[in-house]
Amino acid sequence: MKFAAVVEVRALDGIADPEAATVERALPLLGLDSVSEMRMGRIFRFVVEAVDATVAQITAEDLSHRLLANPVIQRADVSVSPLDVSR
Amino acid sequence: MTETRPAGTTVAVVVFPGSNCEHDAVQALSSLGARAELVWHTERSLAGFDAVVVPGGFAHGDYLRAGAIARFSPVMNAISEAASLSVPVLGICNGFQVLTEAHLLPGALQRNAGGRFLCEVVECEVVSTSSVLTSGASAGQRLRLPLNHFEGNYTCSESTLLALESGGQIALRYVANPNGSMGAIAAVANEAGNVVGLMPHPERACSILTGSVDGQVLLTSFLRAAADRTCTGAAVPTATFTGS
Repeated sequence: MKFAAVVEVRALDGIADPEAATVERALPLLGLDSVSEMRMGRIFRFVVEAVDATVAQITAEDLSHRLLANPVIQRADVSVSPLDVSR
Repeated sequence: MTETRPAGTTVAVVVFPGSNCEHDAVQALSSLGARAELVWHTERSLAGFDAVVVPGGFAHGDYLRAGAIARFSPVMNAISEAASLSVPVLGICNGFQVLTEAHLLPGALQRNAGGRFLCEVVECEVVSTSSVLTSGASAGQRLRLPLNHFEGNYTCSESTLLALESGGQIALRYVANPNGSMGAIAAVANEAGNVVGLMPHPERACSILTGSVDGQVLLTSFLRAAADRTCTGAAVPTATFTGS
């Protein structure tokens, strides 16, 4: 089976995120004072071929923790779902 | 390996696609009497070398994260094996980032606090002299060294920081912390002291023409450690020093 994996990588809480802070500093220019706690990250999308969703999840998490994210400064949220082949 | 080891200390200066400080490193090491050779990142063996330098630049374009892709280059297995055999290994700037990504050094380098690229000469203070980089310096000695980075903000867990301090693994600190590094750490060593990474560029501070010669004491220490290790019979049988 093929599964669509989505991995969101962003800085751990407590780790500086200067890009997000810069974006947030621009918000008053838009007249937005109700938005805060901006964080920026990256989203990776890829396809995993596996016997079931559990194996696909393990594969995607392994890839995320070994390559896509550095666990010292980043967190990775991983989700997989059966690939919709009709699309 | 059947090749003969040349006279003097022979240093491998590893080159990744995107490295750009390798010639500076070769020039500086050569000026101190070493024989420095460029080694392409696809090389699987470092047999015959007494020390390894991972220079600055943007290995593999720094795509994903600085050092993240370089970690998987074939030469990294040979560097890991060399490190485990007490061969002196030095990562400068991007090389420091590569060594942390490869887990040869603790912690990580994140973007500078303040979001600025730093290109300036700063003062660093020698903290521990138990590393191959600082063994010839004196604790408290101040060195003027150039910085050239955007991601030099050294970061680790609080427990790691305590272990680094108690274990004498902090080799250099910034006098005026320019990038937000935890503990103002500019250079950190592994527990054994033979693997060291630093963000400042000692290879660019080895000639009065470049404004400072304070890098010489560091690179001289590094070369002496390599020579001492070789002379005391600790030389690695080259057949085993091939990585995997």
